[in-house]
Amino acid sequence: MTKSELIERLAQKHSQLTYKDVEFAVKTLTEQMARSLASGERIEIRGFGSFSLHYRPPRVGRNPKTGEPVPLPGKHVPHFKPGKELRERVNRAREAGVPTRQG
Amino acid sequence: MALTKADLAERLFEELGLNKREAKEFVEAFFEEIRLALERGEQVKLSGFGNFNLRDKKERPGRNPKTGEEIPITARRVVTFHPGQKLKQRVEAYAGTQPRE
Repeated sequence: MTKSELIERLAQKHSQLTYKDVEFAVKTLTEQMARSLASGERIEIRGFGSFSLHYRPPRVGRNPKTGEPVPLPGKHVPHFKPGKELRERVNRAREAGVPTRQG
Repeated sequence: MALTKADLAERLFEELGLNKREAKEFVEAFFEEIRLALERGEQVKLSGFGNFNLRDKKERPGRNPKTGEEIPITARRVVTFHPGQKLKQRVEAYAGTQPRE
């Protein structure tokens, strides 16, 4: 499911909102979530999961062409931990024989 | 402080003028549609944010960390998140030493 498919599904279920409204709402939500993480703030969505930052310490990498060592600074990367309801529902789908279809 | 569904609903109230009840329902529906897609076995791709993928794991040997007793970790399907390039770049720039709790 892509973002535009998500927008279509939500628009179908929320007939009081126009497609444009739903599009703007979805963009507002993803933008707010990205903004929180970019400012170092966690996201906690009960029943879905939590997003936090993990720190990657500085390390020496290599230029793959020349083999030359390149110092890489420490950085933060986003991390997602699925919540209980999501874990259970997805796992139950596997037990029920639902195949995965990864685009 | 962490960002919660209530904070997200507040944004929709402020930015879209949805009333508080509609905003709350919409935030709930947004996460529910993602859960439903994952339940159907679909990958979820949110451009500008990241992808939610599914992985089927085989049973593997495990251990109770308290007792040291060996117990198999059963086969399961798990959700993994892969941040998109844009989100990674925005987060990398976060200069704080400790993520805020």
